[in-house]
Parts: sequence; C-alpha cells; structure tokens
Amino acid sequence: MVDLKVKVHELEFKNPVTTASGTFGFGEEFEEFIDLNRLGGIFVKGLTLHNREGNPYPRMAETPSGMLNAVGLQNKGIDYFINNIYPRIKEYDTEIIPNVNGSTVEDYIEVTERINEIEDINAIELNISCPNVKEGGMSFGISCPSAIAVTEAVREVYDKTLIVKLSPNVTDICEIAKAVEGAGADSISLINTLLGMAIDPHTRKPILSTLTGGLSGPAVKPVAIRMVWQVYNAVKVPIIGMGGIMNAEDTIEFMLAGSSAIQVGTANFIDPEVSIKIIDGITSYMGKYKIDSVSDLIGAMDVEELY
Amino acid sequence: MKKIQDCKVLGVKNLNDDTYILELTTPETPEIIAAGNFAEIKVDHTPDVFLRRPLSIFDVDYTNKKISFFIKITGKGTALLKEAELEQNINIIYPLGNSFKPEANGNALVIGGGSGIAPLLLLANELKIKKSEITFLLGGRKNTDIHLFKEFEKYGTVLITTEDGSLGEKGRVTDHSIFNSINGFTKIYTCGPNPMMKAVGEIASANDIPCEVSLENMMACGFGACLCCVTETHEGNKCVCTEGPVFNVNDLKW
Ligand SMILES: Cc1cc2nc3c(=O)[nH]c(=O)nc-3n(C[C@H](O)[C@H](O)[C@H](O)COP(=O)(O)OP(=O)(O)OC[C@H]3O[C@@H](n4cnc5c(N)ncnc54)[C@H](O)[C@@H]3O)c2cc1C
Ligand SMILES: Cc1cc2nc3c(=O)[nH]c(=O)nc-3n(C[C@H](O)[C@H](O)[C@H](O)COP(=O)(O)O)c2cc1C
Ligand code: FES
Repeated sequence: MVDLKVKVHELEFKNPVTTASGTFGFGEEFEEFIDLNRLGGIFVKGLTLHNREGNPYPRMAETPSGMLNAVGLQNKGIDYFINNIYPRIKEYDTEIIPNVNGSTVEDYIEVTERINEIEDINAIELNISCPNVKEGGMSFGISCPSAIAVTEAVREVYDKTLIVKLSPNVTDICEIAKAVEGAGADSISLINTLLGMAIDPHTRKPILSTLTGGLSGPAVKPVAIRMVWQVYNAVKVPIIGMGGIMNAEDTIEFMLAGSSAIQVGTANFIDPEVSIKIIDGITSYMGKYKIDSVSDLIGAMDVEELY
Repeated sequence: MKKIQDCKVLGVKNLNDDTYILELTTPETPEIIAAGNFAEIKVDHTPDVFLRRPLSIFDVDYTNKKISFFIKITGKGTALLKEAELEQNINIIYPLGNSFKPEANGNALVIGGGSGIAPLLLLANELKIKKSEITFLLGGRKNTDIHLFKEFEKYGTVLITTEDGSLGEKGRVTDHSIFNSINGFTKIYTCGPNPMMKAVGEIASANDIPCEVSLENMMACGFGACLCCVTETHEGNKCVCTEGPVFNVNDLKW
C-alpha cells in the first residue's frame, strides 16, 4: 500500500487531492457523481459576512484551454452556511475548509470568528485574491502592507490552520508570500485566477458584464507551476498548489514544484469525476516509480545534471 | 439520477446547412427524461472548445436505448459535433435541469424559435398524455428555418411565421394573428431566442395567461457548481442549470 497522506501544518489530508473554492459548490453538487469521502478535502465556495448576489450575467467566457469568470462571490452569507449548509455536509469524511472573504479587515475577522465556533472545521482559507469584487478581495492581496494587515488581524482571532490564498496578479509573488508568512499564515495556497478580458469581435462588446474576469484552466498552469516553485524556495510554510490541474500528471508536476497538496478547480466542470481519477492516477504513478510516500514528491524536482 | 456516460453515435441527420439531429445510443436504459431537461456534451479534440456544451434533450427511446439532440450550429462546438463519426463515443452528463410543468386538460400554446424547438416535441407528448389541446407557433427568418412540421402536426395545429414571409404569416412570432384572440389558451410554453421569449412573456402577462420560458444562458458546468449561469429573479439570482432552465415568466426580472 502506498502512503498518500500529506500534512499541511496541523491538517492531515488523507491524500493531497482537494477541490478548489468556487468550482465545487459545497460538495453536494458532486454527490451523485463521486464518493466525496475519498477526497483529501473540499474548499467550499467563497463566503462573506452577508448575502451577496454577485455580478450581473454574463459572468463567464470560454477562452482557449480555459475560461474567464466574474461570478463575484455570490453566496448567502456566513450564517446561512453555518445554519443551513454545514449541517448537511459535515458528515463527509473529508476536511471541509471554508474560503473566507471580505470587503474590509473587520469583515474577514467577523467571518473567521463565526467559523471558529465550529469545532470540526480545522482550517480556513483566507481569500485575499478575488479579482471579481470592487471592494476588498484582490486589493488586499496585491500589496504587502494590506496582505500583512488582514493576515495579522485574522491570525489574532484564529488558532487553527490558517491558509492564505495568493493572487498571481503581482510583480513579485515571493514578496507577498514572505509577507503573509511573516504575518502568521500557516500555509499558502496559490494561484487564484489571473486577471483577463475577452471581447466579442462581431458585436464589439465585452463578453463579461464586469469587462474583466479571472482566467483559470490549463491555460494558466505553467504560470502557476512557476509561482509555486518560486514561493517554495522563498518560504518555509507548506504550499497548496493549483491552476489548471486536469489529471494526475499535472498534480505530480505541482508537487514536484513544491506543493504539499493541490486543489482541482475548473477541471471539475468538464469531468465531475476528475478528482477521484487523479487520486487513482497518483496511486498508479507511485506504483510505477516505486514511491512509498507521496510526500516524498514535494519539491522533488530534479535539478541536478541538467542537460 | 444524474449520469456521466459514454454514448455511441448512431447517426447525424442533416435538416439543412446549419441544423441537424444527433442520435446517440446510451450504454444502459436511458434515465427518465422530462421535457426541458438537458445534457452537457463533451466535444473533444480542440482546446478552443474547452467546456461542455449544454443541449436540450430532443427525444428519448427507452426501449432502444436512444437519446437525441436537435442542434443548430452557432459556433465551433456545435459545428464540430456535426462531424461526429458513427460509433464514436461522446461523453454526456444527463439529465440536468428542471422541466416544463405541462397542464392537464388545458389548451396549450407552444411557441418555438430557432434551436428553441428542441424540447418542444417531448413537451407535446407530455401535454397529449395529459389531454391538453395543443397549438404550435413556430418562427424563423425564412422557410428553411422551420423544421419538423410533420412531427409537430401529429400533436396539434401548427402555425408558422417567417420574417421574409416565405412560409406562414410574415413577421416575428408575436406578429402572428393568433395573438388577436389568445384568451382561449390556458397556458403558454416557449423556448427560443431571449428577445422572442421576452415578447411572448409580455403578451402572456398582459393577458393573465400562465407562461413558462426555457432559458439558454451560457454555462460552465451545468450542475450548480460554478454559479456562472444565473438569471435575475424577484428572489435574487437563480442558477439556470439547476433552478431552471424552465421558469415561470412572472418570476424573472428581465
Ligand atoms: C439549457 C440549454 C439548452 C440548450 N439547448 C439547445 C438545443 O437543444 N439545441 C441547440 O442547438 N442549442 C441549444 N442551446 C444553446 C447551445 O448550448 C449553444 O448554442 C452552444 O453552446 C454554442 O456552442 P458553440 O461552440 O457552437 O458556439 P461558440 O463558438 O461557443 O459560440 C458562438 C456564439 O454563440 C454564443 N453562445 C454560446 N453559447 C451560447 C448560449 N448558451 N446562449 C446564447 N449564445 C451562446 C457565443 O457568445 C458566440 O457569440 C442550449 C443552451 C442551454 C443553456
Ligand atoms: C467559477 C469560478 C469561481 C471561483 N470562485 C472562487 C472563490 O469563491 N474563492 C476563491 O478563493 N477562488 C475562487 N476561484 C478560483 C479557484 O479556486 C482557483 O484558484 C482557480 O480557478 C485556478 O485553478 P483552476 O485553473 O484549476 O481552476 C473560482 C474559480 C472559478 C473558475
Ligand atoms: S452552469 Fe455552473 S452553476 Fe449553472
């Protein structure tokens, strides 16, 4: 038997495969397709303090090997999640990790405090990288002082595993990564979507109601791999990598670049079974190359004897 | 129960240059389909068609394990699907979405335009079982846009409008003379381009006739995971893929 367990700070994932926030609903949407208990974890849809309707339709544009989205954190608010959704999904034998969002530092703190009251939730993912909201979101994650401010403030009220999700829309990803590590992050997840845009050449109109949106899917994978590698070499905290993962080989690539665990995002839309196929694929890969523990792959890119 | 299945291509029947029927064989007896349900079809081969394509289920044959789609070419994906080869596997997720609520013992006006006629034959069958009278109103730009006249005729009267007047009455569907006296109808069901459905919805509301519309919003997943497909309703944004595609027109804010 191969050992698929990985550790991210105090979190123990039964395998490195988790699902990315905003691409997996609350897990329930996939119940008819897969056995959710097999997943390492589920990062649920982004949550805010109050109900948010999100951005007007159209919120999606297909692009080569990817898509732009401008959903804008539509959700019914943290209390609705705690009272109506969490009771249904808490029985799954997997880590349920809320994705925390806010327009102000106070919002982030309040959402975190509510989640802190739930005993069985062992971690949160602080989203300081959503490109689709006017206030807050990515604006926190693209400058060091604001990334530090929000991470420190949340750290103060949260004792369990604090994962901070970074935006790729920065000049120097390492600088931000070091800043949030210094501010108390236990782990860093990356990448959120890349800011992009699409125009209909026939109508001359933008395709998204918000003009710009976030690019995801295999189109972003090389950028994501590069950023994971850079951050891996810049910080000590464990990394959860994502961006365009479609299969087990992509996952191995992310682990070799330095990810302790990964999130599957957009791929879930095309193949709702993909996360399970990836777990099985990693197992076969380990068999083929005689690897006993998947954690041996973390950061194990071979840079000796290049060429 | 939603299924993800590889289905074999049984045939592609061309209706004209840009419209065809794609027939697939399902590996098991098809899931129960209600009129308005759709499938998400994976069109392989190219990074340009990255996401699945949502298509209404046009017909289902439980005995012979067949399911078919009525498709109008609007871009890359629908053009590629037409080139599907016999016996090739096509992966589908189905059945998705809600369905029309056909009224019993009513007098139905069923209005379709463009690819919007796709769910209407199954609807006609359900209405017939529920002993409703049916009048169809089909619209298109020209005579070659009007399809399946004979199939619809089996279920009721078929009225037609074309914008160039080459078949039926000249104009758009809502210009048809039937709208001079529509109070005999107990319910309107419609699927087609949004401007057409909006115009039909306005007439229905003005005449206090219940009206269901089937929306075709752009979708990334089709099963409630991405929240990309929303439409604005009086109760906030709703997902067209899970809470629709069929809506009561009075619930929509458009
Ligand atoms: C629930 C549902 C049921 C549908 N049923 C049918 C059906 O039975 N038969 C059928 O022919 N079509 C149906 N459609 C529409 C069909 O999904 C689109 O025409 C198709 O996805 C276009 O793909 P493409 O690759 O050919 O076009 P693309 O190359 O992706 O796009 C070509 C052009 O069409 C526009 N477009 C793409 N998708 C849509 C959309 N969903 N609505 C409006 N415009 C769009 C694009 O903006 C672009 O301008 C349905 C849509 C939905 C949501
Ligand atoms: C439709 C959609 C909605 C998303 N919503 C969120 C969100 O609420 N919170 C968040 O942190 N990231 C969100 N993301 C970003 C993903 O979690 C992920 O970071 C990104 O899509 C890159 O991974 P991928 O290429 O595998 O999809 C969303 C992405 C998509 C496509
Ligand atoms: S298309 Fe993804 S939620 Fe409707």
